[in-house]
Amino acid sequence: MQNNPIATHRFSKIVSTIATHGILLAATIIIGMPFVWMLITAIKSPQEVSIFPPIWWPKVVRWDNFVTAWNTAPFGRFYINSIITAGAGVLLGLITSAFAAYAFARIRFKYRDFFFLLMLAAMMIPGQIALIPNYVILAKLKWINTYQGIVVPHIANVFGAFLLRQYFMTIPDSLYDAAEIDGLGHMKIMLHVALPLSKPVLGTLLLYLFIQKWNAYLWPLIVTSKQNMRTLPVGLAMIRSAEYAIGPEHLMAASIFVLVPVLIIYFLAQKQLIEGIATGAVKG
Amino acid sequence: MALFSRKRTVHSMTIREKRDFHAFVGFTAPTFILLGIFILWPIFYSFYLSLFKWNMISPKKTFLGFQNYQDMFGDPVFWLVVKNTLLMAFFTVIVKMAISLYLATQLNKKVKGSSVYRAIIFSPTFTANVAIAMVWAWIFEPTFGLLRVVLKPLGFPMIDWIHSTSHSLPAVIIVLIWSGIGYDMVLFLAALKNISLEIYDAALVDGANTYQIFWRITFPLVSPTTFFLLITGFINVLKAFDIVRIMTEGGPLNSSNVVVHFLYQNAFQWFRTGYASALALILFVFIMFITLIQNRLSKRWVHY
Repeated sequence: MQNNPIATHRFSKIVSTIATHGILLAATIIIGMPFVWMLITAIKSPQEVSIFPPIWWPKVVRWDNFVTAWNTAPFGRFYINSIITAGAGVLLGLITSAFAAYAFARIRFKYRDFFFLLMLAAMMIPGQIALIPNYVILAKLKWINTYQGIVVPHIANVFGAFLLRQYFMTIPDSLYDAAEIDGLGHMKIMLHVALPLSKPVLGTLLLYLFIQKWNAYLWPLIVTSKQNMRTLPVGLAMIRSAEYAIGPEHLMAASIFVLVPVLIIYFLAQKQLIEGIATGAVKG
Repeated sequence: MALFSRKRTVHSMTIREKRDFHAFVGFTAPTFILLGIFILWPIFYSFYLSLFKWNMISPKKTFLGFQNYQDMFGDPVFWLVVKNTLLMAFFTVIVKMAISLYLATQLNKKVKGSSVYRAIIFSPTFTANVAIAMVWAWIFEPTFGLLRVVLKPLGFPMIDWIHSTSHSLPAVIIVLIWSGIGYDMVLFLAALKNISLEIYDAALVDGANTYQIFWRITFPLVSPTTFFLLITGFINVLKAFDIVRIMTEGGPLNSSNVVVHFLYQNAFQWFRTGYASALALILFVFIMFITLIQNRLSKRWVHY
């Protein structure tokens, strides 16, 4: 049989498309499965959890597992703590990094580049070296088990300052010059020119910072010992210890409490967040 | 002329320069003060503390000189922890980068629905490590765990991943790979999109096959991203804590213990502040060393 080159080409193209879908689908299932499994486990009865091979859907959906999980520990309080500390951390982080970014982008100063490099160098230092010294500092300030203890050591955000500086520098000089001719000082130029024009990047930065602070575990773990000061991830980790003796279905339900706010953000702003990573190479 | 230049060297600032100087100081002060107290000062303070025996609570610190460092280098647990950390970093980074580069080349073919694939594969990047570790601990559960569904038909015996000295570290590595693929993939994808299609067309005209195209064109052209991900990924795994803490607590018998977790145990569970500070300093020096190498080599090794 004579081969039709165009038909062969189309056939091989279809095969390769199917193969691509197959590979991507397999990867998607492997990455997505733990989340699905978390949800399925969270709505099972204790008997249904302890079966092998496992069942894929419970006979009766046990939504009340979420209520039970919520009541094993003060999750309402954990939520409030997480919202306050993440919210304050994000707000203060944005403010301090916007000021620094504006200074490095627009204010003329002889040693500006030196200080900029100095700031970037601080980004290379691993935060782990600071755990013990920061704990000692906070203990001296009597800030253990306080919101400021959780928030303040992590306000300074070099990456945010760097990102905003890059953005401020893309704003045309003519806009800055016009504001200067109108007699505005640096503060007003930042508030009325630079920041309003940087809303997209500010939005992306806000979401990154929020997610990062919402998920934080090590520092809030160290700096809180009282149950009512725990943030959500610390509280979640705590109920896994033997004294709570709760089953996998309740643990998974409680894990979902931690994930929900971030999942909502991710669902709504998924494209913005991924493109931000791809273009800005944000630290993951 | 001479008069003018002399005047300039006496630091007589114009009003404008003065105003700019004050604004600069005011605008950058919050960042620098915070960095100074919570990042820079801790380096010196850690070194100071590493010379003492101290339980963090008592007012009395006992000066030991470099005894903590000697103890550390003579401690087999320390070397086990170092070995675990390096193994974990090496395997996690290599495997996740290979998988994510491959997935990125597939995503780059722009099949229908690729944004959905991308979104789901990327999702662990933003997921709380504590929740990730919770669900994976349940997946690794020996009797009812989901992983057994896959492994049993393949003839594997029942494995108690988390409580086995031989399987606890691999279990942690699996989770780190799983959660890190999406980030690397998105960065590789961005790099792939920057490669001009003309290069591929030219290669196809010359009769290059898929294998040659990947190794001769794609791989060299994404090398800046590869290098960046290799170094930052390696450093990030060196700093890993959350997954280890929740899944294995470094056990059993330190078989999955890693540097930051060991540091946490020493500092905040056993109150060996001096020893833990010595650990922190070693980690700091090691990471700074890698960062410096990165800065040196990134110019030489990478094809742009």
